Amino acid sequence: MAAKKSVHRNGKEPLRIVQEEILEAARAFGLDPIRTVFELVAHDELNEIAAYGGFPTRYPHWRFGMGYEELAKGYTYGLSKIYELVINNDPCYAYLMKSNARVDQKMVIAHVYGHSDFFKNNMWFSQTHRRMIDEMANHGTRIRRYLERHGERTVEEFLDAALSLEWLIDYHSVYSPTRRRTRYDFSEPEDPAAVHRLRADHDYMDRYINPPDYLEAQRKRNVDRAKAAKRFPERPEKDVLAFLIEHAPIENWQRDILSIVREESYYIAPQALTKIMNEGWATYWHAKIMTEKALDPAEVVDFADHHSATLGTQPGALNPYKLGVELWRDIEDRWNRGRFGREYDECDDLARKRMWDLNLGLGREKIFEVRRIYNDLTFIDDFLTKEFCEDQNLFVYRHNAQSNRYEISERDFETVKRTLLFRLTNMGHPLLQVVDGNFRNRSELLLIHAHEGFDLDLEEARDALRNLQRIWQRPVNLETVLEDQLKLLVYDGQKHSEEDLSRTFA
Amino acid sequence: MVKRIEKDFARFREIIKGQIRKDLRKYITHGEMIGKRGKYAVSIPLPSLRIPTFRFGKNDRTGVGQGEGEPGTPIAAGEQDPGGRGAGDTPGQHLLEVDVTIEELAQILGEELELPRIKPRGQSTLWADRDRYTGVARAGPESLRHFKRTYREALKRSMAMGIYDPAAPMIVPIREDRRYRSRKPRQVPQNNAVVIYMMDVSGSMGDEQKEIVRTEAFWIDTWLRSQYKKVETRYIVHDASAKEVDRDTFYSIKESGGTKISSAYLVCDELIKKSFNPSEWNIYPFHFSDGDNWGSEDTKKCVDLLQEAVLPRVNVFCYGQVKSAYGSGQFKKDLDGAFPDSPQVITSEIRDKAGIYDSIKEFLGRGK
Repeated sequence: MAAKKSVHRNGKEPLRIVQEEILEAARAFGLDPIRTVFELVAHDELNEIAAYGGFPTRYPHWRFGMGYEELAKGYTYGLSKIYELVINNDPCYAYLMKSNARVDQKMVIAHVYGHSDFFKNNMWFSQTHRRMIDEMANHGTRIRRYLERHGERTVEEFLDAALSLEWLIDYHSVYSPTRRRTRYDFSEPEDPAAVHRLRADHDYMDRYINPPDYLEAQRKRNVDRAKAAKRFPERPEKDVLAFLIEHAPIENWQRDILSIVREESYYIAPQALTKIMNEGWATYWHAKIMTEKALDPAEVVDFADHHSATLGTQPGALNPYKLGVELWRDIEDRWNRGRFGREYDECDDLARKRMWDLNLGLGREKIFEVRRIYNDLTFIDDFLTKEFCEDQNLFVYRHNAQSNRYEISERDFETVKRTLLFRLTNMGHPLLQVVDGNFRNRSELLLIHAHEGFDLDLEEARDALRNLQRIWQRPVNLETVLEDQLKLLVYDGQKHSEEDLSRTFA
Repeated sequence: MVKRIEKDFARFREIIKGQIRKDLRKYITHGEMIGKRGKYAVSIPLPSLRIPTFRFGKNDRTGVGQGEGEPGTPIAAGEQDPGGRGAGDTPGQHLLEVDVTIEELAQILGEELELPRIKPRGQSTLWADRDRYTGVARAGPESLRHFKRTYREALKRSMAMGIYDPAAPMIVPIREDRRYRSRKPRQVPQNNAVVIYMMDVSGSMGDEQKEIVRTEAFWIDTWLRSQYKKVETRYIVHDASAKEVDRDTFYSIKESGGTKISSAYLVCDELIKKSFNPSEWNIYPFHFSDGDNWGSEDTKKCVDLLQEAVLPRVNVFCYGQVKSAYGSGQFKKDLDGAFPDSPQVITSEIRDKAGIYDSIKEFLGRGK
């Protein structure tokens, strides 16, 4: 209803027509978006929806209230404004700010179709729940029911603990987020030392049919396997939440809450895994559609102004819109001109390299291929070239403890790339794995942090351990490195302690 | 429509308040929120109000940026993370700061310190007329028409006339049905207060002592503001002589020389006489010093002034003695001796910053 009113303002063509025009243009360019429903909402509604991560029917929790305050404050003071919000769902839902100027609405609609196309066609999204709006509402209903049944504070406390671990999932297992054992084998284990021998009709042949070396190797393998099977979990488990759901001694409603949190994390993961690509892709297409198809001459200046605002960079921040769109354009240009492959890479005539143009015209095809199979990590790894790094003025910054400032530390291509890739690995979260669910043979939990040169924030790690213990209920242990010392952080439900493991290992 | 977020938002605010209440003593002692005071709200850093996660700590303060500059060029200050919206940045480096209104803060203060609500003084004398739109009249301006009442009258009339048809309920008010809101004068207690802060600024009061006074004054203001509709503040400094100053001067002025407390009480007395009629104002003089006075003669003069001029006019007189290395602390003893059981004189000794909490309780705990 409200949408209709603002659409007919100024007597211009309704947004609905604009939407159809843009969709047509997008399709003509080869985009293949999911059917997208646009909804015009006022700023406070949009802030509310954004605070719930795009799902107004989400379960209740105070952290959404916290997010709302931040957004509302940002809007009131004119510091930040959300233009649009798009939900990976089928149909795709996009919320547009009602007060956007008309040219903004056009730009945003084109942008949304870029995202929508990406959701549908990028393989990292292929396993996401496409009825997530319904699913989230379902989660909301379940948690509200628990709130009523078990009391608000009890459930809130458990949710707080669960949310503290929400990123402990196996990000890169997109294709098997529900990968779990399907059947259990309870038969008596065979003697691991017994090795199956092939029948030898003649004793003198036995040596050749069952060579002793081979038998010994087999025996060793079997024994190792049996040992591994006794370990619990059998191999280190990155999906800590799944491990807790299956093995923590908690009640079913608590298991359900953990599984809700886990499911939502897996749903959101692909968006975090493709932030640069996805924003870049949408920006690339809104610019293309606007400048080549949709823009009225009178709107050019406003469009240029707002478009450049999305691409603006602050000195310290990496803008995913900017980096993404530039990289997409660079790929398109390189494949159009044939600036790739061995011949190009091995050419050391700089002048020739600059002028390199084979007129291949493969650019468009290439970017569609990339949008199908890449994620940010592989995208940066494959396409961030030295030339691009220099053109885009990328640098590595570091905190200078003396001046308490962040300073540009270097512009070396290798370092820039390595730092960026590190940031994108495991979505910038530390990698923690469950290695033992029966640690010290006392049902304690042991997690190992795969230390890659950066320490955990000790204070927060302790608080998070406390939340983990609340779920596991037996003491929890975390092996990590702090200031070059191998440490074991322990929380036993009452107090924190620390064991120094470096001596044992040195 | 009640928005869904409102419930979560309310819960969030509740948690904030709980957190502040828990750490109130710390906040009061550190006085850190005073610098962040706006007109209606205070912004308070709450580091603990975040869901803890396993994340990288301090030695991970590096990342990739884009822009001009040579190696060594500073790009951001250290307190905040420069990569606020960059890809893959560690989240939430910034400290969460929440805005709490002065009223909320006062409420927390009141609950935590168990402060009684202040009973305005001399209830019979301090009345003011206030108009409230509580009545209903048959005539009035259209802007005050009472929609519901008007229709109720019309409904009554049409039912009485037998023209009301439940199957097609249509009611048309006529001139006689109209009702208007009307105002009724009501007597409400006079609700103005003035706080007169007096401080010894002689050489023996150092920066630390002044900081204590400043912090204490902030909380006293906060509380009194929640109790009265309008609170004015006045400031008087004294050494051997006294004068009225503005707020900034009050906290920054540095004098040397002797101390004659009576001079301040004289100025205070004049100020009350001149500007604050006791029948219209609740008056709160607060005096802070390190307890040194010029001599027993002047102390005697102070006691007389309080007894005759000040006390009859004010709600309560508060004296806070801030411990300093030079102060003898004699004045508090003298006051306690002169007014042993007076309900109108409250004295409190503040040894150090940690003592502010208890001293606020002493000053405001009587509900005067």
